[in-house]
Amino acid sequence: MLYAILCYHDEAVVGAWSKDEDDAVMAKLAVVHGKLAASGKLGPVARLLPTTAATTLRKDSDPPLVLDGPFAETKEQLLGFYVVEVASLDGALEIARDLGRANPGGAYEIRPIGLFQPGHAGGNAT
Amino acid sequence: MSDLAWIEAALTSARPQAIGALLRYFRNLDTAEEAFQNACLRALKSWPQNGPPRDAAAWLIMVGRNVAIDDIRKTSKHAPLPEDATEISDLEDAESEFAERLDGSHYRDDILRLLFICCHPQLPATQQIAMALRVVSGLSVKQIARAFLISDAAMEQRITRAKAAIARAEVPFETPGAPERAERLAAVAAMLYLIFNEGYSAEGDSVEARTPLCEEAIRLARLLLKLFPGEPEMMGLTALMLLQHARAVARFDADATLVLLDDQDRSLWNGKMIAEGLALIDKAMRHRRAGSYQIQAAVAALHARAAKPEDTDWVQIDLLYGSLEILQPSPVVTLNRSVAVAKIRGPEAALAMIAPLAPRLQNYFHFFGVQGAYLMQLGRHDDARISFNRAIALANTSAEAAHIRMHLDRMMDESKPVTVPSPSSP
Repeated sequence: MLYAILCYHDEAVVGAWSKDEDDAVMAKLAVVHGKLAASGKLGPVARLLPTTAATTLRKDSDPPLVLDGPFAETKEQLLGFYVVEVASLDGALEIARDLGRANPGGAYEIRPIGLFQPGHAGGNAT
Repeated sequence: MSDLAWIEAALTSARPQAIGALLRYFRNLDTAEEAFQNACLRALKSWPQNGPPRDAAAWLIMVGRNVAIDDIRKTSKHAPLPEDATEISDLEDAESEFAERLDGSHYRDDILRLLFICCHPQLPATQQIAMALRVVSGLSVKQIARAFLISDAAMEQRITRAKAAIARAEVPFETPGAPERAERLAAVAAMLYLIFNEGYSAEGDSVEARTPLCEEAIRLARLLLKLFPGEPEMMGLTALMLLQHARAVARFDADATLVLLDDQDRSLWNGKMIAEGLALIDKAMRHRRAGSYQIQAAVAALHARAAKPEDTDWVQIDLLYGSLEILQPSPVVTLNRSVAVAKIRGPEAALAMIAPLAPRLQNYFHFFGVQGAYLMQLGRHDDARISFNRAIALANTSAEAAHIRMHLDRMMDESKPVTVPSPSSP
């Protein structure tokens, strides 16, 4: 079963991390990623740029309205996501717990995936 | 990250909003800062035990406000309490309700006001920067002193003087109207770019101490952009700083000598910052409201997009500087433009372009550096040497002087290719 692990965090707090702190979190996460990859559970992973770089297309008007900023103005924002393959919710929760130990604060939303197309784009992304 | 590091990051991120709100209540910067400080001390005690609050800033504002009101009551029984200063006795229960009562739209103006008072026009630039770093960012006097290469005592004095000047000035506390808000935003944007450049212009031993200024300026710019998401000039400024800072690692070699854009190892550029900068400039352009930060960012974006120096779209850069000359005429802009002209039409045309600038740039290092480079390309080595020597005499830093000496050395060996130094950063 494929699950998305959606990472929510207070963007202002993450933005206030020093480079060293950010690097330290990423290094810890890399260990978890390595473990997941080795066990064949890890699908695509994305860390999103700050919501200030976001643009929203509102479809409730015609023509759709293009707005600066993220879709929802909430304190905790969607900052990234994982796609993982596990047998059950428990497996996904276990991964989320591992990730949470490496990256404290915020929340993970675990969402089963209905349709998944891995696609081909993004081969050059860092 | 440890609990403590997490709490510190939360306190830092809540600081502008919390101090901004406390300033609005107490209308006195010292009281607001002290109230925030006290709230932080309580947070350090309470959060590790009770867990972090849902809204850290609201918690700090409420606790800081109550502590300060208690202090005011104790020290002066007759002091009138600020308007609508009601005490909330049970902190935990009241928190969520209080967070909702704090009108989100107030925050925007609170933070803007806090930044705006730091860039009071009566304060010299260095004091504006020091104030913003101390009050808004919460850097210690020691950290700021280190960045400015002066003693702690001297920096303390500078900040005290700046605070006194601000206290004397009339700070408007009513909610600003649209024109005032736009003025404030422009003044604050200029100050953020000053902070950034204070970090960006560092060289040699001070690079390490000053780089955090670039990061802080970017953090504050992102914060403002979040508050004013539809302001193309804020997008432009943030993009400009990101695109410049993305090159930080490549700008100095192992000997801490400045490396020119053309000679930089582009694989060292920070791809993530460039991606964010390009995304922001894309967003800004959609608004079709040109501004000087956007144009400078667009120039920086063209450099960032070129995988190799020879891929640089100099024709587009020339056009962009042309627009900047109309929008914000300055001899330095024309000097920058001449670099693009030299690439497109050759050094002769570039020399002709900068000749009329000479009277106004008689004491400007970059003018003579650039002039020397064009003369050198034309093979006029004696004239080039005169310009270069003048540049060395005017150099602001040893890195600048060393760079010009490198040109003089290269001239000795005519066969080597020549690069034209870019007079300023974008």
